[in-house]
Amino acid sequence: MTKYLMAAATAALMLGAASASASADALKACWVYVGPIGDFGWSYQHHQGLEAVKKEFGDKVETAYAENVTEADSEKTFERFAREGCKIIYGTSFGFMEPMLKVAKKFPDVKFEHATGYKTADNLGTYNAKFHEGRYVIGQIAAKMSKTGTAGYIVSFPIPEVVAGINAFMLGAQSVNPDFKVKIVWANTWFDPAKEADAAKVLLSQGADILVQHTDSTAPLQVAQEQGKFGFGQASDQIKFAPKAQLTAIVDNWAPHYVRSVQAVLDGSWKPAQVWDGMAEGTVSMAPFTNLPDDVVKMAAETSDAIKTGKLNPFKGPVTKQDGTVVDAVDDGMILGMNWYVKGVDDKLPQ
Amino acid sequence: MNRLGVLIMRLEKRPERSAAMALASPFMALAMTVVTAAAIFALRGNNPFIALYVYFVEPLTALWSVEQLLVKASPLILIGAGLAVAYRANIWNIGAEGQLTAGAILAGAVPVFFTQWQSPLTLAVMIVLGIVGGMLWAAIPALLRNRFNANEILTSLMLVYVVQLMLDYLVRGPWRDPQGFNFPKSVTFADWQLLPYLTPGIHAGVLVSILLALLLGFMVSRTIKGFEITVSGLSPRAARFAGFSEKRTVLFCMMLSGGLAGLAGAFEISSVVGQLQPQISPGYGFAAIIVAFLGRLNPVGVIFAGLLLALSYIGGEAVQTALQIPDKITRVIQGILLFYILACDTLINYRVVFAAPVGGRT
Amino acid sequence: MDILLVLLTIIMTAATPLLLAALGEMVTERSGVLNLGVEGMMVMGAVAGFGGAYATGNPWIGVLASIVAGMFMSLLFGFLTLTLLANQVATGLALTLLGLGLSALLGESFVGQPGVKLPSLGGIDPLVPFALFMVFAVGKFLFGTKMGLVIRAVGNSHTSAHALGYNVIGVRYVAVLFGGAMSGLAGGYLSIVYTPQWVENMTAGRGWIALALVVFASWLPFRILAGAYLFGTISILSFVLQAQGSGIPSQFLSSLPYLGTILALVVISGNKALTRRNTPASLGQPFVPDR
Repeated sequence: MTKYLMAAATAALMLGAASASASADALKACWVYVGPIGDFGWSYQHHQGLEAVKKEFGDKVETAYAENVTEADSEKTFERFAREGCKIIYGTSFGFMEPMLKVAKKFPDVKFEHATGYKTADNLGTYNAKFHEGRYVIGQIAAKMSKTGTAGYIVSFPIPEVVAGINAFMLGAQSVNPDFKVKIVWANTWFDPAKEADAAKVLLSQGADILVQHTDSTAPLQVAQEQGKFGFGQASDQIKFAPKAQLTAIVDNWAPHYVRSVQAVLDGSWKPAQVWDGMAEGTVSMAPFTNLPDDVVKMAAETSDAIKTGKLNPFKGPVTKQDGTVVDAVDDGMILGMNWYVKGVDDKLPQ
Repeated sequence: MNRLGVLIMRLEKRPERSAAMALASPFMALAMTVVTAAAIFALRGNNPFIALYVYFVEPLTALWSVEQLLVKASPLILIGAGLAVAYRANIWNIGAEGQLTAGAILAGAVPVFFTQWQSPLTLAVMIVLGIVGGMLWAAIPALLRNRFNANEILTSLMLVYVVQLMLDYLVRGPWRDPQGFNFPKSVTFADWQLLPYLTPGIHAGVLVSILLALLLGFMVSRTIKGFEITVSGLSPRAARFAGFSEKRTVLFCMMLSGGLAGLAGAFEISSVVGQLQPQISPGYGFAAIIVAFLGRLNPVGVIFAGLLLALSYIGGEAVQTALQIPDKITRVIQGILLFYILACDTLINYRVVFAAPVGGRT
Repeated sequence: MDILLVLLTIIMTAATPLLLAALGEMVTERSGVLNLGVEGMMVMGAVAGFGGAYATGNPWIGVLASIVAGMFMSLLFGFLTLTLLANQVATGLALTLLGLGLSALLGESFVGQPGVKLPSLGGIDPLVPFALFMVFAVGKFLFGTKMGLVIRAVGNSHTSAHALGYNVIGVRYVAVLFGGAMSGLAGGYLSIVYTPQWVENMTAGRGWIALALVVFASWLPFRILAGAYLFGTISILSFVLQAQGSGIPSQFLSSLPYLGTILALVVISGNKALTRRNTPASLGQPFVPDR
C-alpha cells in the first residue's frame, strides 16, 4: 500500500512539474463547448478551430477545452480555466453570456471571447458568423431545383440566428421563384437523429421535395438520399453521408477567426471587439456544389461571389414582413435580434 | 442451479444485518471504483496515478475548487435527502428534475412579473413559491398513483419532459427579456432576487441544504412520521395493521421530495444561474437518485454522498481540462460507483458462501 | 389515400425500436424482474451495432453485435439483482447511467463517419416485419408454451414456483437476457437502419418510452403493438400539424407524446381488474432461494 501511495505522490509531483514547464512561456488558449465534440455539428466545428490553432502556432500555444458544459453551471468552468492559467478563453454558446461576464469581471487579466452574444466588457469581446449569407445561396439553389416549389425546413429552436436563416433562405428562394413555399417543422432539439429523420420523412410526404435543416445531425440528408431527393449539409460538409443528395453545405469555419484572435493575443494587440464575419472573411463558406446542373452551379457561385465582395446583401431592403409591413433597411441589430418572418413564410413564432 | 458458473457463489442470510458492513460498504465501493477508474485511465493511455490524483485529490487542494464543490453538492444534497425518504417508503419518485424545474418556474415568476420589487420579502416569496411549485408537480404522480394506480416511476419521469417544454415555451415566448435580443432568457435577477453569499463563492443555499438534510435525518430516525415511512417501505402489511394510510404516505413522500427539489430549483435560479433559461439544471434531479442510494437512503448519509458526487463532477472537469480525458468518464465513474455500492450493500444482510448448494431442489 | 400509406410507413418505422425494446422488457417483467436500464442497454446496442457494421462492412454483423451488447449489459444487471439481490430500481438506473457514459466513450472515433445501412427488402427494412413477427412469437411463447407458462409462474409467485421445483433464478436470468437482446437490437435498429450513424446519446429517451409502453400494455404483446403504433402516430402527427402551419406552439406538440403516455397509463392502470389479472405479482421483488 505504501508503495502505491509513494507512486501517487511522485506522480503528483511530476504533474506539478509538467504543468509548470508547459505554461512557462507558451500562451494558453482555452475553449468551452456547449455540446459534445461528437455532435459533428456546432461544437465539432469549433473544435476544428482549436485544431487549426494548434497547427498554426505549434509550441507557442498550449490549448485546452471542456466539452458538454451546460449553460446552467458554466460559470465554474470559466473560473477553472481562468485559474488554470488560460490567457484567452472562448465560450461557444449564447447561454454563456452572463457567466462569462461575471468571470471576466473577476479576472481582468484574462481575455474572453463569447460566440453569438451581445454584451461586452474591457476584457470580453464577441464573435459571430453571418450564417444567413449561406442560407440565401441555398435558398436560390432550392428554388431552382425544386419541382414542387416547396422546401421542407427542419429547425431546432426559435433563436434569432435560426429565424434570420429562414428569412434569408426565403428571400433567396423568392429571388428565383416569387411563389416559393416553405414548410417548417420545429424539432425542439439540436440533436436527435431519429426525430430529425421522422420530421424529414413527414415533410417529404407533405409535398416538399427538397430538405433544409438547422439541426445538427446528418439524418435529414440521409433520408433525402434514400428517397432520391435533395438536401443541404449543416455546419460541416456532410457529403460522405449523402453523396447523391447533398447539393452543398453551409460550413462553419471558425479557424480563421481563432487564428487571428490568438495571433492578436500573442502580439499584444488584442482588443475586445464585436466581430461578425461572413463569407468574405471565410468564416462562412459553401461546400462544393454537387449534384447540380451547370447553370445552377454558375448562379450559386455568382451569388456567393457577390456576397463575398459586398455587392449583394441578402437583407438589403425593402423587405416585406409576414404581416405585410415593409422594412426599408434591415440593420445588423435587427438581424441579430430577429423575431419576425418575411412574407411567404407560413409559420408563427412564439411571442 | 449449480450448473451455471455465475451461480456457484451463493448468498446466505445473516441472522441480523451487519452494522460493520453497513459502515464499510460505501468505502469498499469507493475503493473498487477508484481501482476501476485507474484501469480505465490506463487503458486510455493516461498515467493512472496522475489521473486519479487530478480527479479525486487535486479538487480538494484549492479553496476555490472546494467552494465550487460545495455549491455543486448543495442541490444534490437537498434533492437526494428528499428522495432518500421517499425511497425508504418504496415510493419511486424519479422525476425530481421536473419538480426542480417547476419550482424554478414559480419562483422565477416573481422577478419576471415584478422586476422592480426589491425587499427581503421578494426572496422569501421566491423561495416559498419554489417549494410550492415542486410540491404541486410531485403531487400529480402521487394523486395518479393513489387514485388510478398509475406507476409513479413512469408518470413522474414523463412529467419531467412536459415541464421542461413548458419552461422552454415560457422563456422563448411570454417571459422573454424584452431587452434580450429575442434570445430565450428572462430578465437577469438582481439584489433581493438573489441569495446572499456567505463567502465570495458560497451562497446561503449551501448551508440551508445541509441543515435541512440533518433535519430530515432527525425526522427519519426519531419521529413517529419517520417510523411510519420506514415501516411502509419494509413491510406494507405491517404498516396497514398499524393503521398507517398508504395513500397518505405516498402523498407525503412525493410532496416532501418534490418540495425539496423545487427549493433546489429556486436556489439555483437565484444563485448560480441568476435568471430563467431553457435549461436550469445540468441534471441534478437525476444525479440525486445516485446520491440517495449512495447515502444509504439516510438523509445524513446523503450529505456525504452529495459531496462525493460533486467531487466526481468537479474531478471529471479537472481531468478533462488538465489531461484531455473526455467528460464521458464522469458518467462512467458515477455508474460504476452506483453498481459497486449496490453490490456491496448485499453484504450487509447476506454473507457470500462459495460452496455448492446443499440439498433443496435447485 | 397514398399519403396515408406513406404516413403509415413512417409511423411503423418510428415505432419499431419502441416495439422491440418493449417486447423484451415485457418478457423480463413477466418473470418478475423490473429492469429500468432499457435506455442504457439500447444505447450500448446502438454503439455496438454501428461499430460492428462499420468495422466489418457487414450490417448483419452489426445487428449481431447490438444484440450481444444488450445481452452483456443485461447480464450485468442480472448478476447484481438476481445473484447479489441488489435493488432492481437502483440497478436499472445505474445501468442507464453506465450505458450512456460507456457508449459515448467507446463511440468517440465513430463520430462523423457514415454507417453501413442494413439493406431494405423491397422498400421495407427487414427489422420492421421482424418486430411484428416477434409480437406474435412472444405472445405464442408466453401463453402457448410450457416455458412461457414457467416464466409467468415465476413472475406471479416465485415462492410457489420454487416449491414446484422450478429454478427461479435461472428462469429469470433467461428472461433478463432476452430483454437485453431485444433492447440491444432496438438500439442497433437506430444506428444501422433508421439513421446509419453514431452520435452520443442517440436513443434520446426512447428506452423510457418503451418502459412506459409495457405498463400501458398491461403486459400483453398485442397491446404493446397498439401502444407503440399509437405513440408513433402521436409523434408523427405533431410533425404533420406543424408542416401544415397549424400555429400551435411546437413545445405543446412536442409534449403530446408524453402527456399521451401519462393519460394512457392512467386509463389502463385505473382499470383495477384488468391490471390485477396481468401484473406479475412478484414484480421487482428479489427472490432468496434458501427460504
